[in-house]
Amino acid sequence: MAQVTLRKVIKKYDEVLAVRGIDLDITDKEFIVLVGPSGCGKSTTLRMIAGLEEITGGDIAIGGDVVNDVPPKDRDIAMVFQNYALYPHMNVYENMSFGLKLKRTPKDEIDRRVKQAAQILDITELLDRKPKQLSGGQRQRVAMGRAIVRDPKVFLFDEPLSNLDAKLRVQMRTEIKKVHQKVRTTTVYVTHDQVEAMTLADRVVVMNAGLIEQVGSPNDLYHSPATKFVAGFIGSPAMNFEPCHLEQAAGALRVRLSDTLAFPVPADRTARYASHVGKANLVLGLRPEHIIETRPHIEPNQHDFDTMIDVVEPMGMETLVYFTIAGAELCGRVNPNAGATAGKVMKLRADLSNMHLIDDGTGRVL
Amino acid sequence: MADAAIATTTAATPAHGRYGSMSRDRRWALRWSYFFLVLFACFFLMPPLYMFITSLKSSAEISAATNPWWVYSPTLSNYIELLSQNQYLTFFRNSAIVSVFVVIITMVISVIAAFALARMKFWGSAALATGVFLTYLIPDTLLFIPLFKMFAWVNDTFGIQLMNHWWTLMILYPTLTVPFATWIMIGYFASIPKELDEAALIDGATWMQTLTKIFIPVALPGIIAATIFTFTVAWAQFLYPLAFTTSTSELVLPVGIVTTLIKGDVFNWGQIMTGALLGAAPPLIIYAFLMDYYIAGLTAGATKG
Amino acid sequence: MADIAARGAVTISADGRSSLHKLMQRKSTIAFLMTLPLILLILVLVAYPAGYAVYLAMLNKGMNKFVGLGNFTFLFGRDTFWMVVYQSCLFAITAVIFKAIIGFVVAHFVHNIPTKGQRKWRGMLLVPWVIPPAMSTLAWLWLFDPSYSAFNWILEHVGLDRIAWLGETGWARFSVILVNVWFGAPFFMIMYLASLKSVPEQLYEAAAIDGATWWQRIWYVSLPMMRNIISITVLFSLIVTFANFDIVRVLTKGDPLNTTHVFATWAFRVGIESGDIPLGATVSLFMVPILAVAAVFILRDITKRGSEV
Repeated sequence: MAQVTLRKVIKKYDEVLAVRGIDLDITDKEFIVLVGPSGCGKSTTLRMIAGLEEITGGDIAIGGDVVNDVPPKDRDIAMVFQNYALYPHMNVYENMSFGLKLKRTPKDEIDRRVKQAAQILDITELLDRKPKQLSGGQRQRVAMGRAIVRDPKVFLFDEPLSNLDAKLRVQMRTEIKKVHQKVRTTTVYVTHDQVEAMTLADRVVVMNAGLIEQVGSPNDLYHSPATKFVAGFIGSPAMNFEPCHLEQAAGALRVRLSDTLAFPVPADRTARYASHVGKANLVLGLRPEHIIETRPHIEPNQHDFDTMIDVVEPMGMETLVYFTIAGAELCGRVNPNAGATAGKVMKLRADLSNMHLIDDGTGRVL
Repeated sequence: MADAAIATTTAATPAHGRYGSMSRDRRWALRWSYFFLVLFACFFLMPPLYMFITSLKSSAEISAATNPWWVYSPTLSNYIELLSQNQYLTFFRNSAIVSVFVVIITMVISVIAAFALARMKFWGSAALATGVFLTYLIPDTLLFIPLFKMFAWVNDTFGIQLMNHWWTLMILYPTLTVPFATWIMIGYFASIPKELDEAALIDGATWMQTLTKIFIPVALPGIIAATIFTFTVAWAQFLYPLAFTTSTSELVLPVGIVTTLIKGDVFNWGQIMTGALLGAAPPLIIYAFLMDYYIAGLTAGATKG
Repeated sequence: MADIAARGAVTISADGRSSLHKLMQRKSTIAFLMTLPLILLILVLVAYPAGYAVYLAMLNKGMNKFVGLGNFTFLFGRDTFWMVVYQSCLFAITAVIFKAIIGFVVAHFVHNIPTKGQRKWRGMLLVPWVIPPAMSTLAWLWLFDPSYSAFNWILEHVGLDRIAWLGETGWARFSVILVNVWFGAPFFMIMYLASLKSVPEQLYEAAAIDGATWWQRIWYVSLPMMRNIISITVLFSLIVTFANFDIVRVLTKGDPLNTTHVFATWAFRVGIESGDIPLGATVSLFMVPILAVAAVFILRDITKRGSEV
């Protein structure tokens, strides 16, 4: 039983609120990722769970016990740091066994656990090396090994992959997922990289300015973001935002982007959006993959329009086109063979069935 | 190297010509650098070399006023005479004991205090760190007179005679070495990533265990540097022993040589130079073997403070 | 499940906070105990004597009467005192300037040569700083010997007159400064070399591409990048040089006719050798203003750097 519960957790540094009241229930065996821009309070939250920061207000419980005042060593947690924090003067074996040794675990038990963890992580042949003889990926594994050996209730990861190069990061990402599937320990993982968050998490917690914006599965967050922040933060290239009006047109709704361009709102959304007709501060959110080149066959809720292409970025399997509507730059993903050329007019197609309507005043997705 | 440079200058394209002239500039810069380095090395190494030359001369050769930069009949008599003198050996022993104990006292006090100041923030810790630095700036030349009077007062009040004992120096030297060593160690400890003690904290280490099992081993180069410095300062200290000790049996090396070997107008230069050279030997030998620590400590100590 | 935990939390948290407080207090107590020896040492053997010096300076020679600023006014009326002030400033400022220049130049030469040879040269050039100054000054004393000076031997062989290195005021002042420069320049060299190494090579390459000559590179790249180190090293050296004792004491003992005395050596002469402790304390206190000014600048530099981190 190792669920983690946060209730109205607040952290104040001097007079600055870093975390402004967080409620979060993490269930047993779950892999939770806290993601957000730097300074959003995600690391602070993790460090409060670890006991490295005192909490200013609220409660944190691990496995049902409130641990507000429990020192880190008695919280039964293990942490992997961004710079790994391996003890430079100890070899890998000593690094992994240090915590157990301090707890006066019997020698053969230590040995068994270290060997087992080493096997899981495939670092058995590195056990007598010093950290500085290891590559970045190997250090990362050792840091994880040090966590696994302790067999804690909760794993805490603080941006563990950000010191690795891009290729290794992808590889270690898979590795972390595999390890979690093997040991099934409740995991709280902090990152600023939304791709990492999406690929690793059972549930993603998006944080911004000391508050939780949304909690949900990666797909939920991607397809039904609750706020403009989440909509813009998750996904790459980011979601297009275009200021718009909602107008009534013959029993249906239309979203007007400019004097010359307006799209009908899908029929199943009419009821949902009806009350916002004529309101100011509305923004249409549409992901780049929902703006494609025109095709012979047209699906419901898809609409063609002509626009001048500003910039073309071939990515290989697709081509990104950038264009401007009413002063806002938008991005579309078109087929590489669709003949997109900078400076030329092109016929594009918007798929409104995946549209989001956002109230820019409150930041909520309507 | 040179051949390659010439080859490129003769090459036809102007781009190569430019490269050639650059490497020619560089070669001249290198020659001038070596020339001046040799000149400066002569200046910097001349006194110790001259010590060595003189130490190999007999009194007769010195007073014969032959070429002072050359030894015509080298002899070890100065060394033998000095090292068979009880007096000189006493100076040496006093210096050694005082320096070793000062190093131990200093390192124990400063490593523990530096750890608390660098890592265990408590009320007034920042002010105390600044205070340590300020005391490091207070020179011995400001303190010796009040300390002299204070020691006299201790004798009057408690009947403990602190004057004219070599062991008194073990109380005095830490005033110079502890602030300095603490300051260096604060710098070294501060450079250890915060995550390392957090990892230790999570692993269940107490503060003392974090210090002894993580910080001391990790900061070992810094500790070695601070130790070397403390030793060098203690060994070289001149003012305190000059002011606080007078009997020949209580003197340490620098003062011993200056006050006993220079007797009135009779300067036995052969012996003085031998004594000074032997006195300079311990720090020089340590320096020769641990130069990199020495230089690292020098730059760390001063750039941080 | 989580609800139960949360409800439990509310009930415990009241006394939980107080135990946390206790924990924090214990950490502070341990930290305080760990620094206690240091605090005691500083209070008893540095802070108290420093304050005591001020008190001593206001007593008469027999130390049985409070004379206020009497010692100070007495000193102001004595020519020797003003000579010591002059010589202390001359000594410290000239020596520091030359140490800084020589250190800068030598550091550049060492930096110029191939990296693998640098360690050897650096090691050789730092030797003066390692030898205890009292010992090395003895070598200089012998080099300046009135009858056997090895320098005079060279001068005579190239047809020049002998020089009374320590016997004439001008030359004696030159000599003490020379020895101090000899002792201190290597320290500057090491500091500047370390700081030169931290200047990114690309800056020099960029400057070279922009057509900068070698001295323009020094003036526009090296110097600005090293400004911090240069200022802090100079301030440090100013403190140490101003408070210097060993070199002057061994080389001239203040002679000829007290013209080479600096504050420290004169304070020793007056306070310890002549037994006028209050007057000696008064003399040594005159080092405080310049120490304080330098300390303020250094501290400002350090806190500035601290806030940058």
